[in-house]
Amino acid sequence: MQIDYLAIAPELTLVVTALIVLAVDLVLRSEYKQLVNPISAVGALVAIGFTVNLWGDNRSFRGLGDQDIFVVTDFALVFKLVFLVALLGVLGISWRYFAEGMYFQGEYYFLLLVSFIGMLVMPSARDLLTLFVALETVSIPGFVMAGLRKRDLYSSEAALKFFLIGVLSVALMLFGMSIVYGYTGTTFLNEIAAHPALSDPEPLLYGAILLVIVGFGFKVSAVPFHFWAPDTYAGAPMPVAAMLAVASKAAGFAGLIAVTFIAFLPAAAAWAPIIGVLAIITMTLGNLIALQQRDIVRLLAYSSVAQAGYMLVPFGIAKAGADAVNADAVEAVVLYIAAYTLMNIGAFGVAIAVNRKTGDRALTDFNGLGTRSPLLAVALTTFLLALAGIPPTVGFWAKFEVFFAATGAGTTFGYVLAGFVAINSVIAMFYYLRVAASMWMGEAREGQARLQPGLNLQFVVLALSVATIVFGIVPGLLTDNVQDTSIAAIDG
Amino acid sequence: MFSTDAGWVLTVAVFLPAVGAAVLAAMPSGNDRLVKWTAVGLTGISFAWVSLLALSFDYDNGGVLQFETIVPWIDAIDARYHIGIDGISMPLFFLTYLLTFLCAIYTTKIIPAPGKPKGFLSLMLLLQTGMAGTFIAFDMVLFFIFWEIVLVPMFFMIGMWGGPRREYASVKFFLYTLFGSVFMLIAFLAIYFQATAAGIANPWDIVELTNAGVLGSRTFQLWAFAGIFLGFAIKVPMWPFHTWLPDAHTEAPTVGSVLLAGVLLKMGTYGFIRIALPILPDGAAAFAPWIGVLAVIGIIYGSLACLAQTQVKRLIAFSSVGHMGFVMLGIAAMNEQGIQAALYGNIAHGVVTGLLFFLAGSLKERYHTYEIAEIGGGMLTKMPKYGVLFTYAAVASLGLPGLAGFWGEFSAMWAAISPGGSLATDYQGLYIALVVGAALGTVLTAGYFLWLLQRVNLGTPPKQWADEKLQDIMAVEYVSWVPLALIILIMGIFPVVVFGVQNDAVNNLVSAFTV
Repeated sequence: MQIDYLAIAPELTLVVTALIVLAVDLVLRSEYKQLVNPISAVGALVAIGFTVNLWGDNRSFRGLGDQDIFVVTDFALVFKLVFLVALLGVLGISWRYFAEGMYFQGEYYFLLLVSFIGMLVMPSARDLLTLFVALETVSIPGFVMAGLRKRDLYSSEAALKFFLIGVLSVALMLFGMSIVYGYTGTTFLNEIAAHPALSDPEPLLYGAILLVIVGFGFKVSAVPFHFWAPDTYAGAPMPVAAMLAVASKAAGFAGLIAVTFIAFLPAAAAWAPIIGVLAIITMTLGNLIALQQRDIVRLLAYSSVAQAGYMLVPFGIAKAGADAVNADAVEAVVLYIAAYTLMNIGAFGVAIAVNRKTGDRALTDFNGLGTRSPLLAVALTTFLLALAGIPPTVGFWAKFEVFFAATGAGTTFGYVLAGFVAINSVIAMFYYLRVAASMWMGEAREGQARLQPGLNLQFVVLALSVATIVFGIVPGLLTDNVQDTSIAAIDG
Repeated sequence: MFSTDAGWVLTVAVFLPAVGAAVLAAMPSGNDRLVKWTAVGLTGISFAWVSLLALSFDYDNGGVLQFETIVPWIDAIDARYHIGIDGISMPLFFLTYLLTFLCAIYTTKIIPAPGKPKGFLSLMLLLQTGMAGTFIAFDMVLFFIFWEIVLVPMFFMIGMWGGPRREYASVKFFLYTLFGSVFMLIAFLAIYFQATAAGIANPWDIVELTNAGVLGSRTFQLWAFAGIFLGFAIKVPMWPFHTWLPDAHTEAPTVGSVLLAGVLLKMGTYGFIRIALPILPDGAAAFAPWIGVLAVIGIIYGSLACLAQTQVKRLIAFSSVGHMGFVMLGIAAMNEQGIQAALYGNIAHGVVTGLLFFLAGSLKERYHTYEIAEIGGGMLTKMPKYGVLFTYAAVASLGLPGLAGFWGEFSAMWAAISPGGSLATDYQGLYIALVVGAALGTVLTAGYFLWLLQRVNLGTPPKQWADEKLQDIMAVEYVSWVPLALIILIMGIFPVVVFGVQNDAVNNLVSAFTV
C-alpha cells in the first residue's frame, strides 16, 4: 500500500492545524486563547493552496484491494474548495462570538477542524467504509459543538436531539451497507456498480439501497428526516448552526452523489423517483413551515431544509446509462452547493452581527436595520435575494441549473419537478421578502443599540456578498469550472 | 454620429444607468440637492446618448438588427451576450430613457416621503438598466435576467416610498410577477432543449429561433406557450391576472407609477411580440382567440371598474387594464396591422398614462388626497393651466382622434376584423364579436374619463379649497410634462413617426409566424 501524501495534503494540513490548535490552547492564557482562530484560518488558507495546486492532477491511491479508495479528481477538489471556503467563513463569524462567550475556544476550533477533515475526505472516498468513516468524522464533533453552550438548556437539547437522530441514521446506513456488501461482496463503489445484482435489485437489496440513501437523507435534512434540524440550529451556538446548515449538509450531498451516481447508478430507476418525490416534499414542507417562523435562525433553518429539497431535485432525474443527463444533474447539485455556501453563511453572518451583544434574533428585531446599519442590511438583502434565486445573484444560477437539469431530462417527471421548484420559489420569496421588508420598511424600536459586528465578521459578510453578486453577473467563473466535474470525473 | 455596426454604443447605453446607480450610491449622504442634480445629469447623459443612437439608426433598414453585439457569456449553457436594436425595440427603448430622464427632473422638486433621494434615485437608475435591457436582449437567458432585475428596484420603490398599504402592494407585485416568470423560465428551457434537438446552432438566440420555423410538436407548442403566456400575461397585465396592478399603482410613488405604466407593462406585450408569437406560432394561433376574449373582457371590465373608482390614481390604474386590453387585442389578431397597432398602443399608452400619473401625483401634492369627492371640482378655476393639461391627457387617453391614444385603439380594432392566418376562417364570427365588444369599451372609456373631468375640473371649488392657495403648474412640472404632451400631439397627427419606424421589423416578424 502506497500512500500518495501530496494527494491528501489538504487533509494533512488540517490535521496538523488541529493538533497545533489543541496544543497552543493549553499554553495560552485565557484572554489570548482567541488567537487560535487566526491559526486555524492560516491552516485553512494553506489547505486551499494545496487544493488549488492539485487541480487537474487526478491523483488517486489504493488501499489493500485493487481499486482506488481515495481519488482526487476535479469533482472532489471543487467540493474541497467549497468546504475550505466555508471553513474560512465559519471562522470569520466565530471569532467574536466565541471570544466573548469564553466558550472552550481551543476545543471548539479543534472540533471544527476535525469535522472539516471528515468533509474533505468525503468527496474523495470511493468505498463504503471510507465514506462511513468520513461521515462519522464530520458528525461526531458536530454533536459536541452543538452542545458547547452547556449551561443553556436549549443548547443541550440541540446536542442531544442531533446526537440521537444522528446515531440512529448512521445505524440504518450501516445496516444498509452491510446488506449491500452481502449481495455484492465488495465495498468499492465501482465494483458495486458493476455487480449484476444492481441492475435489477431484489427487494432486500432495494431496501438496503434505500437505507443508505436515508442515512444521507438525515445528514442533508431531507423531509421526513429533518426533525432534528430546526431545533438543533436554534439551540446550537449560531456559528455552529451555520456550519451544520452549510458545510455539514454539503458533505452529506458529496457522499450522496458518490453512492447514488457511482455505486447505485445501475439501479437508478428504483431510487431516482423516490428521491424526486422526497425532494418535492422537502421543499414544499420546508417552505410552508418557514412561513410561520418568527425567529431568524429557525427561519433560516427551515429555509435550509427547503434548499435541500432543491438540491435533491437533480437526483430525481438520474438514469442508468444516460451520461449527459447524469452529468447535468451532478453539475447542478455541485453548483447549487457552492452557491448555497456563499449565501447561507453570509445570511448567518448578518444574523450573528444583529445578535451580538443585543441577543436579538426575532424577525421584528430586524425592523429598521436599513437605517441602523445600511451596509449589513444591503448584505442581508443580497443574501436573501440570492437564496430566493433572483438575478443578478449566484442563487439565480444555482436554481437555473436545477431547472436546466430537470427539464433537460425531457421526461414528464422532470417537468413536474421543475414545476414544483417554480411554485416553491414563489412561496419562499414571500418569507425572504418579509425579512427584507422589515429591514427597509419597518421602524426600528426605540433605543435599539447600534450594531457592533466586529471587523472580521464584517469582512466575511462583505466578501461573501461581493462574491454572491460577482458570480451572479459572471456565472461562467463558477459554471465553467464545475462543468469539468462531469460524471466521468466522479467515476475516476 | 455612430456607425450602426458599433455594438458598444448600445452596451454603453444600457449599462450607463447601472453605473450611475453605483455613483449615486457612493455619494456622501446629506447633500440631497447635489444627489438629485447628479441624477438629472446622469439620466440626461443617458438620454442624450440614446438620442444620438436614435439619430444614427438606419431607419431604411429598420427590420435588421443594428448596433449588434454577440459575445459568448456562459459556455456551460451556451448563453451569449447578444444585444441589438431594430424598429420594434427602438421606440420602446427611446421611451425608457425619456421617461426616466423626466422622472429624474420631476424628483428634483417633488420627492415622496420619507425623502432619501439617494436610495430612491439609485433604485430608479437600476430599474432603468433592467427595463432598457429587456428591449434589446436577443438571447433568452439575457432577456430573462433583465426581465427579473426590474423586480427588485420596483419592489423597494413601492415598499419604501409608497402609500399607506405599501408593504402589501409591493409584496403582491413581486410575488405575482415572480410566479409568472418562473413558469416562463421553464418554458424557455423547454424551447432550448427542443431547439437543441432540432439542431439550431444557438438555441437561446431569439433571432435564430424566430427564423427556425415551427419548433416541435403541437403539444410542445401549446405547453411552452402556456408557460410563456403566464409570464407575459401577468406583466401586461391581462384580465384576470391584473389584480396586482391597481394595488401597485395606487401605493407606488408618482415616479414609480409613471415608470410602471410607461415601461414595465410594455415588457409583457413586447415579450409576446418578440418571443411568444414568432417562436411558438402554432401555440400562439391556438391561444389567440382566448387572448382576444380575455383582452376584450379586460377592456370592458377595466372601464366598468373605472366607473366605480373614487380615487383619481386608482381610476387611472384601472384604465391601464382597459388600454392594455386593446394592445392585446391587436396581438390576438396575429396580423401585420394588429402587431403594428399593439406596438403603437404600447407607446401611446406609455406616454399618455405616464403623463396622467404625473398629473395625479401633482394633484396629491396640492390636495393631499386622491379622493375625487374630496377634491370636489372646480380645478379649472382653481388651477387653470393644470386643469387644461389634465383635460388634454384625459381626452388623449380616451382615444380622441388627433391625439396619440386614438391610433392604437382604432387600428387594433381594425386589425381584429380580419385576423391573420387560419384565424380568419375559423374564428371570423368571434373576432367580429370581439371588435364590437371593444368598440363598446371605447364608449365606456370616454364615459368614465368625461365623468372624471366633470367631477374634478368643472363646477366651483368646494369650501375647503375655495380660499386655499393652490399652486398652478410649477416650472419643474412644465419641463417634465411638456415633452410628453408634445409627443402625444405629434403621434396623433403623424402616426407614421412610430408606424414607419416599426414597419420593416414588423413585416419580418409577421412573416415568421404566418405561414
